[in-house]
Amino acid sequence: MADIVIDRVTKTFGAHQALQEISLTVADGEFVALLGPSGCGKTTLLRIIAGLETETGGAIMIGGRRMNGLPPRERGLAMVFQNYAVFPHMTVAENVGFGLAMQKQPQAVIDRQVRKAAGLLHIEPYLDRYPGKLSGGQRQRVAVARALAVEPAVLLMDEPLSNLDALLRLEMRTELKAVLREAGTTTIYVTHDQTEAMGLADRIAVMYGGKVDQVGTPLEIYARPQTRFVGSFIGNPPMNFIKCDAVDGVVTLGALQLASPIGNGAIELGLRGEDAHIASPQVEAVPFDVRVVEPMGSHVLLTGSIMGQQVRIVAPPTADVKPQSQVGLTIDPARLTWIDPATSRAIR
Amino acid sequence: MKTVSTMPTARRWLFWSGVALLCAWVLLPIYLVALGAFGGRMAVFRWPKSLWPGDASLAAMQTFLAVEGVTRAFTNSLIAAGLTVLFSVLLGAPAGYALARDQFKGATAYRLLVLLTRAFPLAILALPLTVSFIRVGLYDTPLGVALIHTVLALPFAALVTQSLFMGIPREYEEAAWVFGCTRWQAFRKVVLPLAVPGLAATAIFAFVISWNEVFAASILTVRERTLTAYLLAVLSESPLHYRFAGGLLLIVPSVAFIFAVRKYLFAVWGVGSK
Repeated sequence: MADIVIDRVTKTFGAHQALQEISLTVADGEFVALLGPSGCGKTTLLRIIAGLETETGGAIMIGGRRMNGLPPRERGLAMVFQNYAVFPHMTVAENVGFGLAMQKQPQAVIDRQVRKAAGLLHIEPYLDRYPGKLSGGQRQRVAVARALAVEPAVLLMDEPLSNLDALLRLEMRTELKAVLREAGTTTIYVTHDQTEAMGLADRIAVMYGGKVDQVGTPLEIYARPQTRFVGSFIGNPPMNFIKCDAVDGVVTLGALQLASPIGNGAIELGLRGEDAHIASPQVEAVPFDVRVVEPMGSHVLLTGSIMGQQVRIVAPPTADVKPQSQVGLTIDPARLTWIDPATSRAIR
Repeated sequence: MKTVSTMPTARRWLFWSGVALLCAWVLLPIYLVALGAFGGRMAVFRWPKSLWPGDASLAAMQTFLAVEGVTRAFTNSLIAAGLTVLFSVLLGAPAGYALARDQFKGATAYRLLVLLTRAFPLAILALPLTVSFIRVGLYDTPLGVALIHTVLALPFAALVTQSLFMGIPREYEEAAWVFGCTRWQAFRKVVLPLAVPGLAATAIFAFVISWNEVFAASILTVRERTLTAYLLAVLSESPLHYRFAGGLLLIVPSVAFIFAVRKYLFAVWGVGSK
């Protein structure tokens, strides 16, 4: 059992508060992604869990053991670094076996584990080479194999794919998912790439400004953002926010009347680009002034405005929309997110 | 050498003549000194000089080495230079490591201070030191000479190793910690092997500084002269071919030392390559 409990962890660098009371629980065998823009504190949190950084306050528990003050080597975890950190003066086999050698395992065990990890990551042909002779993608595999070879209770990954080119990243992402599923390791994965987080993680913790804004499954986070930031950070195009006024519990968008969660006052309507559909002319719809039409192959991206506010809508590839024209949109009220403009939080 | 063979003729010609020129730049003076040392009394004055050692003999060198004090001075120089290398690397590398890895108050001031030790002219340092050295019994010993040579070499050792350790990514160490190393183990297993080329360069530098230094060595010794100090005192009254022999004796150990550590100088593991 290696569940991770992060209990009200704070971190300050001088006057700068990098983490403000972060609490997060990761179940045994779960894969959690820490997702957020650069500078949101996700890497700091990971390094605190690893013991490479000291927390200012709060507690870290792994498998029920309090980790505060323990050096990294006594925490029973492995880590994959952003720039791989594969030791250049050791062969691939020595790199992969490094953790086991440090545990003073017998050579037979080391050999077996190295072979197994190398097999998982398809790096057997390079075991005798030095990392200097490997490509970035191969080095990344070595770094992952080195982490898996020790069969850690907890695996920490710090933007492991960010140094790879796009095609390689996609390939490694798929492979990582398969390998980690098989290993069943509790994993915390730091990334700023939402597709990585959505594709890999069981749950995502979206971080912003040193806080966790929302924790949930990828679908929850996508469909039900709890803050305006989560909605705008996740999804491509990001969620649209339309400022409206509620009058007697009703928000009026053109010809469309929507039931508002508040009686009267300002409110923001969060709308995913693909949750709006181009309406047939006779239906009561929201007027949408199309400015730019971008055919993307799998879909058409329409940029324009609703009530003077910029909105991006995803239409099917067959949609026949001309720029500088007006179309009507229908919206499913169940898929809307209402945001309180004062707190930037969702109203449920 | 595949790249060379595929070069166009003109470029290959340019490449090899460049190589030849650079070799001649270094080797020709050494060769001429050697010629003077082995050519005997007459060859030194012969004109025009022949580049072929027609009447080379070890006689001059043997007589020179037999002169009282030469071997002694040679050994003293080796001891002083060896100790300087040891002290500079053992004291300079930890200082460089601290400067590279830790942010502490006054790091910039410290860096400046390290260099400022070189702002004192050696004469100002050496004369009062003579008095203190006599008091503590370091005067006229290779250890005393090594200490003052360490003062000369240490600032560079600290600053060179600082940039050396800065070039070794911190992540390597952190990875080592995560995979079971203590701080010291991580240094020994990961940082040190990567630092060896730079440390070899630092060692060469310290060795050459000590080996070539005359002034302090002359002041701080009387009987236990280092080779440079000895030659300075003796050679002005010696025949020319003895001077050449002395010169060669000065050159050879430096070259031999650099040759000995060259393997580590070029043992680059691709640290810089991502």
